[in-house]
Amino acid sequence: MDAISGDLNAPHSMGTTIIGVTYDGGVVLGADSRTSTGMYVANRASDKITQLTDNVYICRSGSAADSQIVSDYVRYYLHQHTIQLGQPATVKVAANLVRLIAYNNKNMLQTGLIVGGWDKYEGGKIYGIPLGGTILELPFTIGGSGSSYLYGFFDQVWKEGMTQDEAEKLVVKAVSLAIARDGASGGVVRTVTINKDGATRKFYPGESLPLWHEELEAKDSLLDILSAASPEPMVS
Amino acid sequence: MNNLIGSDADSQRTLYPYVTGTSVVGIKYKDGILLAADMGGSYGSTLRYKTVERMKSVGKHSIIGASGEISDFQEIMRYLDELILYDNMWDDGNSFGPKEVHNYLTRVMYNRRNKFNPLWNSLVLGGVKNGQKYLGTVNMIGVHYEDNHVATGFGNHLSRPILRDEWHENLTFEEGVKLLEKCMRVLLYRDRSAVNKLQIAKITEEGVTISQPYSLKTFWNFAAFQNPTVGAEGSW
Repeated sequence: MDAISGDLNAPHSMGTTIIGVTYDGGVVLGADSRTSTGMYVANRASDKITQLTDNVYICRSGSAADSQIVSDYVRYYLHQHTIQLGQPATVKVAANLVRLIAYNNKNMLQTGLIVGGWDKYEGGKIYGIPLGGTILELPFTIGGSGSSYLYGFFDQVWKEGMTQDEAEKLVVKAVSLAIARDGASGGVVRTVTINKDGATRKFYPGESLPLWHEELEAKDSLLDILSAASPEPMVS
Repeated sequence: MNNLIGSDADSQRTLYPYVTGTSVVGIKYKDGILLAADMGGSYGSTLRYKTVERMKSVGKHSIIGASGEISDFQEIMRYLDELILYDNMWDDGNSFGPKEVHNYLTRVMYNRRNKFNPLWNSLVLGGVKNGQKYLGTVNMIGVHYEDNHVATGFGNHLSRPILRDEWHENLTFEEGVKLLEKCMRVLLYRDRSAVNKLQIAKITEEGVTISQPYSLKTFWNFAAFQNPTVGAEGSW
């Protein structure tokens, strides 16, 4: 992977699938759980949805080290900001702090981020901060290498003003579809839902996800299949 | 805080863009200036963001349209907002017109180029002050000029020939819009990074108006398109 090629038509793909979606009353953030070092899966149950404050979370993609250090710095600044402000930080402030770091260190960082949260002024908001440090406030956004497989999906199914349940189901389905096709995404699906009542974490292991094309139901052993079926010879 | 948020070392080399906007086209007309740009933010070859506002008003008398790296355009807007703010603080009844803003931008862009750390944009700056119309452009290497019609990127190759033929002094608003739409339609056909959602901005002595986003109809019903290989079966 040549990092300094500067080829305009091939930005670096980033292992991961991350999603942020607004719904009527808050936001839902979703991610897979695979961290890879080359072809090896270093962590199959990572948590890519990181807390910045009680009401603001960030989805991390790209370099694990870069995204972690950016999150740590922003959490540190937001903590002080909250003390000085005397009330919870807004999602906009959190997102703009992330942008500041991402933009001013654009030569060194390789991380695409999604900031999502809820505050009393603007309600649920999602901000996308891709490579380069552009900041865009969006009704929904996707990121990471797995997101390539989801553009068509979201073009078709996205609609404004979903319920919390619809939004969560959509996010889980989308991450699950990306995991099916992206080698750099895998493991479990994690979601964090943030609204006026706070933030709720959910966890969806592989068995709870629907099966897609050419995927088979998981079994403990071939032996179970053989014994369950009527006495048929094994197919040669 | 500055040292932690941005580092001095290692920002001294040419970058490459990540999220980019394509052409901006501008013309002078009877009452002022018209600018057109689509709302696309491309990420390499992916048409990733389709509602990016690439034209913004600057003070009371100017509009800026940007192509190239969106994060750098967002930073330029921060510089310009600060410039206008300080100008207002003089409270002397005078305000920066398009000529002044264009000159400021030229200095910023050229100085960054000299430090091998350019803002990766091509900008169009248009406005009216005291009845005087102004339309100029400046790009990442500091090249700048004014003209009756200007464009960035592909617009230079596809739109300006049309404008050289069909632009004339004292176009009405309707004629100007139709002419710009002709340019934008060609760009839609022939620029891979164009998206079919655009805005047209107008600036006159009265002020700035940026239209709502809209899409252009396209024409595909040429006989040669419907039957490209008639009379030469097997060809393409």
